[in-house]
Amino acid sequence: MILGKVIGSVVSTIKIECYENRKILLVRPVQPDGTERKGTMVAVDVVRAGVGDTVIVASEGRAAAEILGYTCRIPIRNVIVGVVDKIKQRQV
Amino acid sequence: MKLGRVLGKVWATVKDPQLDGVKLYLMQPVDENDEPLGRPIVAADTVSSNFGDLVFWVSGAEATFALAEKRIPSDASIVGLVDRLDVAI
Repeated sequence: MILGKVIGSVVSTIKIECYENRKILLVRPVQPDGTERKGTMVAVDVVRAGVGDTVIVASEGRAAAEILGYTCRIPIRNVIVGVVDKIKQRQV
Repeated sequence: MKLGRVLGKVWATVKDPQLDGVKLYLMQPVDENDEPLGRPIVAADTVSSNFGDLVFWVSGAEATFALAEKRIPSDASIVGLVDRLDVAI
């Protein structure tokens, strides 16, 4: 899983069936200290994350299908699986 | 999944039979401000997108599951049309 920050949401009417009735959010990957990394991810939310939250994103299709309750494989890759409260990092 | 902007259409007469009937588009991966990210790629379309549309697409193995009736040998598939982005930050 990777760390990300929710920066917004995607509004979409026409989409593949398995995306129906799901909250689709925009996530910017971040480093543990909160520094933003390059790129913008689109992710399905299952934990009611909101804009500004630091989240954990599972970025693998098998995990996504498992979490969303599908027995078959689906074209979803990124799923927000947790909202981060705190990160404690030790200096090496 | 990522965002992308449809740049154009790609025609290929000779292709793998599993790609028959699948629309192929030239698509530029973009960020939420429509700034390009990397180089344009060829993506399979499953939602009847059009030139200029902002879309979201899935990469890797999951792209092969984009069509319900069959698996497609694609590593990038357009899976939704974006009506609007609500970017708050």
